[in-house]
Amino acid sequence: MELIIQGIIKAFELIISFDPEVLGITWLSLKISGTATFISLFIGVSIGTAVALNNFPGKRLVISLINTGMGLPPVVVGLFVTIMIWRSGPLGFLEILYTPYAMIVAQAIIATPIVMGISLAAIQNLHPNLRLQILALGASRLQMVWVLVKESKLPLLAAVMAGFGGVISEVGASIMVGGNIKGYSRVLTTATVMETGRGNFDIAIALGIILLILAFLINLLLTQIQQRQPLR
Amino acid sequence: MNNILTLHDLIVRRGGTTVLDIREMNVQAGGILALIGPNGAGKSTLLLTMAGLLKPDQGKLYYRGLPVETSAGRFAMRRSVSIVFQEPLLLNTSVYKNVALGFKFRRLGNNEIKKNVEEALDYFGISSLAGRSAKTLSGGEAKRVSLARAFALKPQLILLDEAFNSLDPPTREGLIDDLRHILEETKITAVLALHDREETLRLAQNVTVMAEGKIIQAGTTAQIFNRPESGFIANFVGTETILEGTVQGSKAGLVEISVAGKTVEAVGDFPSGQNVYCCIRPENITVSPYRPEKTSARNVFEAKIQKIGRQAFFYKIFLDCGFPMVAYITVSSCEDLGLAEGSIVAASFKATGVHIIRRES
Repeated sequence: MELIIQGIIKAFELIISFDPEVLGITWLSLKISGTATFISLFIGVSIGTAVALNNFPGKRLVISLINTGMGLPPVVVGLFVTIMIWRSGPLGFLEILYTPYAMIVAQAIIATPIVMGISLAAIQNLHPNLRLQILALGASRLQMVWVLVKESKLPLLAAVMAGFGGVISEVGASIMVGGNIKGYSRVLTTATVMETGRGNFDIAIALGIILLILAFLINLLLTQIQQRQPLR
Repeated sequence: MNNILTLHDLIVRRGGTTVLDIREMNVQAGGILALIGPNGAGKSTLLLTMAGLLKPDQGKLYYRGLPVETSAGRFAMRRSVSIVFQEPLLLNTSVYKNVALGFKFRRLGNNEIKKNVEEALDYFGISSLAGRSAKTLSGGEAKRVSLARAFALKPQLILLDEAFNSLDPPTREGLIDDLRHILEETKITAVLALHDREETLRLAQNVTVMAEGKIIQAGTTAQIFNRPESGFIANFVGTETILEGTVQGSKAGLVEISVAGKTVEAVGDFPSGQNVYCCIRPENITVSPYRPEKTSARNVFEAKIQKIGRQAFFYKIFLDCGFPMVAYITVSSCEDLGLAEGSIVAASFKATGVHIIRRES
């Protein structure tokens, strides 16, 4: 019990005093996961919208695959990315293993199906005639897609939040492809794993609290968005 | 009359079945055409094709005399044709921005958009709604907004799919009147998918009847309602007597309407010269073997029985009194009076039993 209380007190000291190491780790986490989410937003929304709006043979299979991808195990992604960028691997020439870039790639792979699945569902949830109505008002195909994406901006925002929430709390892939190098590729989750292993519970708890606060803020925002969405 | 739209041997298939098969169809410029028929007759599919939103599997579509074949051609056509769906399909933003949408696509300047949008809102009497969120509107208001959005673009042709469905009766009445005025004033050609007889009579000059993806009769409104070509159509449009007439004069709440050279009296208030339809329900017509000396019925005509049709509990009598009329009489009345095909009778109906509907042209 003493251990926990001591740990929590120390943790708050670290947070309140803006400990440079803790701050640096937090900032790097936000940068890497933010960039990965940003990339997944473009790929996920484009492909999600394209799949939702077009009819083609095997569409159901594709949707099932995307939905499966929403629960992609991070360690599998980590393994896959590691193999790809391993020195003798197909993308080895990039020399990005154990760098933040590799982490961004892995996290983007994890977040993309989440964003894709939610945006696909959001576009499919719109009234099927809405697309025709927009075209009938004189929209080009691109203008129509843009209006539909804007019309589902709330669920799309939720998709971004879900994607970001998924990758910032992910540890398996990050540690595999990033290597948890101090001051370079050490993020909140990988640092927590390491400090716990070392028995530095105060730092681990501090990192855990920051992660919890981030998760809470994300969910608070998500709930706000979902509650604001009017009934159809 | 020149045609704004012509369809030739048009076929649309969906999942292997033919949902639309139109040999020939013309839409006259400046007219109001009603498409009527049961659910699944292909009315909506036809409207989508006319709007350039659906590529037909076969056949040709001519818009203002030019064939529309490529997707670029359909896009160009979409910019001068508007369609309003059954559901209002408004975007989750303000009423103003919804009505402005079509102009945004055309990249008009903000001042020009403002002028057009305000004009359209005013036309439909919804200027006060401009700043409201579209999601907070009532059904009737939303419908007006979607109509304003389509009319704002000043299309050459407007297509309305079941425009008055799911509106409560007073809202619907007001909207039908407003829509008719706007169509008369703007001279925009309109094609309306309808399934209500009265709406059809009040709005359309021409009617096309559809069933199972095919056109089964096309003609003027009076032709379709008075001379349906099949039992199916007769059933669909109802067997009521619908006579074309012109108001001659009015006195003391009664109007005198000239119908095929005879004068029909009816309750109402219409100016002289107004073209109307007189609708008389078959149960409101009384038949007697001789002309009654005194009766409260204002309309008595000598008539010849053309045909007697047996229904479940009554006879349906087709009369010719210079214009066609249909009366229902009970089996016992018919036997007591000894009526037969070819008999000369007096057909009478009260002035209150005539339903008058304004007729355009």
